[in-house]
Amino acid sequence: MEQDVFMLGGQEFSSRFILGSGKYNVELIEAAVQQAGAEIITLAVRRANSAGEGNILDYIPQGVTLLPNTSGARDAQEAVRIARLSRELGCGNFVKVEIMRDSKYLLPDNAETVRATEILAKEGFVVLPYMYPDLNTARDLVNAGAAAVMPLAAPIGSNKGLATREFIQILIDEIDLPIIVDAGIGRPSQACEVMEMGAAAVMANTAIATAGNIPQMALAFKEAIVAGRAAYLSGLGRVREKGGEASSPLTGFLRD
Amino acid sequence: MKINGVQKQCPDNLTVSAMLEQEGYAREGVAVELNMEIVTKDAYDTTVLQENDVIEVVKFMGGG
Repeated sequence: MEQDVFMLGGQEFSSRFILGSGKYNVELIEAAVQQAGAEIITLAVRRANSAGEGNILDYIPQGVTLLPNTSGARDAQEAVRIARLSRELGCGNFVKVEIMRDSKYLLPDNAETVRATEILAKEGFVVLPYMYPDLNTARDLVNAGAAAVMPLAAPIGSNKGLATREFIQILIDEIDLPIIVDAGIGRPSQACEVMEMGAAAVMANTAIATAGNIPQMALAFKEAIVAGRAAYLSGLGRVREKGGEASSPLTGFLRD
Repeated sequence: MKINGVQKQCPDNLTVSAMLEQEGYAREGVAVELNMEIVTKDAYDTTVLQENDVIEVVKFMGGG
């Protein structure tokens, strides 16, 4: 089989599983990254406590690309501010733009997201915008200079699965950038399904963080994503609308 | 001055470097914003804080 490389922001990746680092003990990050085979991990930027707390970067294995998010931003300006601070933290120029005004469903503000993407792309960031799966917005994000588009499957942290399935498929079919499905994916089977649909990668955090065994669930997601990708590359077998079709030859056995 | 939302006294000639040390922030692993503008690390020793400055000191945390 030909090597299947995932290109993002001019970098080559072999893993298509972007792992979140929220909601679980930092001491489990290394095991989760290893089991996930993840090469990209997301982080948040927050006010530092002065109480000499540990540094999360000490727990992230070398060679993993950091993807800071702009969570907490309510408009484009705040997102740009957080992105600049994250770059100043000295870990590259990738940024996941995440802008929310709605605190109940945590749905992204697509218009502000396009605005922030345009500003940050011009400043040389590799911009991965988290968005509500809308084709027009996705086209605007392409024009704004996004490196990929990250549609949500369901509200953040819900583990509800592919609530927006049809609309993600439209983005996969119509948008000429990697589609990375982010948020709401709760089970490995759902991650596998979006990969079968042709998504370029999957991002998951809560599904792993709230699992009984975090590293083991990271492994389960990894294998599901690999399986879904292989199925997509293979080309799925056709569906027969009516009736069956024998898989074994029907020629003369024990009968005339 | 205000550091991460908390009002503080600003002594004379307090540089960003001295402020970080005084407040107990590790210099590595943080980024500093002064009145909405980033202060780069090479300017920590030469940037002097003023009474009405608004300072943010941020770092990476776990997030999705």
